Amino acid sequence: MFETLTDPLTLMAILVDGLVYASWLFVVAVGLTLIFGVMQILNVTHGSMYAFGAYTAATMVGWWFDNDLPEFGSFAVLVFAALVVGLVLGPIIERGLLRYMYGKDEVIIVLVTYATFLILEDVLLLIWGTDMYDAFQPYGLLGTTDFGDLTFSNYDLSLIGLALVVGGALWWGLNGTKRGKLLLAVIHDREMAQSFGVNVNLVFMVTFILGAILGALGGAFTAPQISVAPGIGVEVIVLAFAVVATGGMGSVPGAAIGALAVGLVRATAVHLLPQVELFVIYAVMALVLAFRPQGLFSRAEARKI
Amino acid sequence: MKFDKTEKGLAVALAIAALLSFVVPEWAVFLGTLAVSKCLVVFGCLVLWRTGLVSFGQALYFALGGYTVGMAGKYLGWTDAVLLTVLGTIVAGVMAAIISMLLARYREIFFAMFSMALSMILYGVLVKTEVLGSTDGFNVVVPTFFGYAPEGTELLISMFMLTLLVTLIAAVFVHRYLSSTLGHLTTAIKDNEIRVEYLGLSVFKAIQFKVILAGALAGTGGAITAFSVGHVDPDAMAYWTVSGEFVFITILSGTGSVAAPFLGALLFQVVRTYAFQYSPQTWQLVLGAVLLFLIMFIPDGLWSLVRRIRNKEVA
Repeated sequence: MFETLTDPLTLMAILVDGLVYASWLFVVAVGLTLIFGVMQILNVTHGSMYAFGAYTAATMVGWWFDNDLPEFGSFAVLVFAALVVGLVLGPIIERGLLRYMYGKDEVIIVLVTYATFLILEDVLLLIWGTDMYDAFQPYGLLGTTDFGDLTFSNYDLSLIGLALVVGGALWWGLNGTKRGKLLLAVIHDREMAQSFGVNVNLVFMVTFILGAILGALGGAFTAPQISVAPGIGVEVIVLAFAVVATGGMGSVPGAAIGALAVGLVRATAVHLLPQVELFVIYAVMALVLAFRPQGLFSRAEARKI
Repeated sequence: MKFDKTEKGLAVALAIAALLSFVVPEWAVFLGTLAVSKCLVVFGCLVLWRTGLVSFGQALYFALGGYTVGMAGKYLGWTDAVLLTVLGTIVAGVMAAIISMLLARYREIFFAMFSMALSMILYGVLVKTEVLGSTDGFNVVVPTFFGYAPEGTELLISMFMLTLLVTLIAAVFVHRYLSSTLGHLTTAIKDNEIRVEYLGLSVFKAIQFKVILAGALAGTGGAITAFSVGHVDPDAMAYWTVSGEFVFITILSGTGSVAAPFLGALLFQVVRTYAFQYSPQTWQLVLGAVLLFLIMFIPDGLWSLVRRIRNKEVA
């Protein structure tokens, strides 16, 4: 199997597939790490956001094309679907449920989000049923690119752009704006930020909504690639956690590095040793954590007395 | 050996359950076997919970126990229920011992999620392994009991008896562990690790022991479940939603006593059976809503209600 590694075409395929997959992972996982960083909540409903995003996008894109609206507008529809899901579900979950749980054990809050996730899984079924939904049109719109014998879908390649835009926007938002700096202050020390007059409740709500939108965005942009069917949210939450834990929980650059590492390793596995594809992701995580228990990008934490 | 009130109570309750199995219909015996074998897994979750640890990955050991039984039957031709249950327990326990070296460093969310991610590795392996039937799984041998090979109703009842016996032994062991000095100290770990270390106890080792104990118990539960259902497959045994069910039963039961999981597991199994029959589409919704309700209003589980009633009687 390793002689194929020296073949430039295989190498190219691994690199591009890896980058595409890493970009997808980053978009899917970054909302999770953001919410964890700010709120110290591991948000299991992130998987529901992803699923709702995918279903909503598939429905809206279907409607868009049924009515013969301008084809390239469908990309705006994907973003719009994510915004709708995040702005509707985010406040409902945060204001309606989570805010009553602040101050409880982290583990209890995980269980609360897990319970919410279970409820939302069935709400999905009640709204969309068990049918599959397709939104393949945007996928075909962009055509393909050839590199020698290799053919790549431009839609997949554009995911790299999406990841760069999302990552860049987050970086600028956090480091370049006043509100972002307030957010960083909350990440660094919640109590201190509060005593300096930062409205932590507001920061929490905005962060949660932002995280929800990001999760839904991941789902919306995945919808054209797959058949949207029940159960897609379940896999994503575990995968997103693996990425985030590899990079270091709560760190945005960490999510990017984690996504890159996992993406490239998985692409290598897919091309050279397809049987291990499913668990190589978790193997990367276990390996990283065996040497760096808090992930690649994490601040050392003081021991609690 | 002296037995305390809890142990005697459990023995009496399980003896009654054993006698009942001759009277009640077959499906009830089957349901009871499944519920009691889930109890075994929940004992492990209970032990972990006392230290504030939640594992979203007990399905790893559960599946390992089940698959060990299935494979030993398939490839070695072993059919003895007791032997295979012990084997399943040992395999799961050894795996837990290896994993505990990595896992015992972590607390809270990290502990929960890493155990889940590790269990997903096994799920991934099982799904991709064709000889083990990948997603379909395979059928498990019909068990024998020291040469006695019952069929039909007798088999069902024999299996139930074995389950009760194994669970009683496990319950007494866990009960004694929790009431020992070590058991009490590991509850203190939840409050303050450093102080516990100053008392001369290695927190790492204490947690390692809990992980191994919980893993072995989950292996036992998995082995018995594999026998009772007669089939193992990744989705029913190794997927993380299975671990989620165990966590759910733990919270439903409460962790105040080893008797609590019996209550929780039985209620869970009954509700699950009915919900699957009448409204499979909203089963998770019910589960989630009940979980939220429990966390908000009965955080100490059903057992706290039992305790409350008992205290009233005393007063």
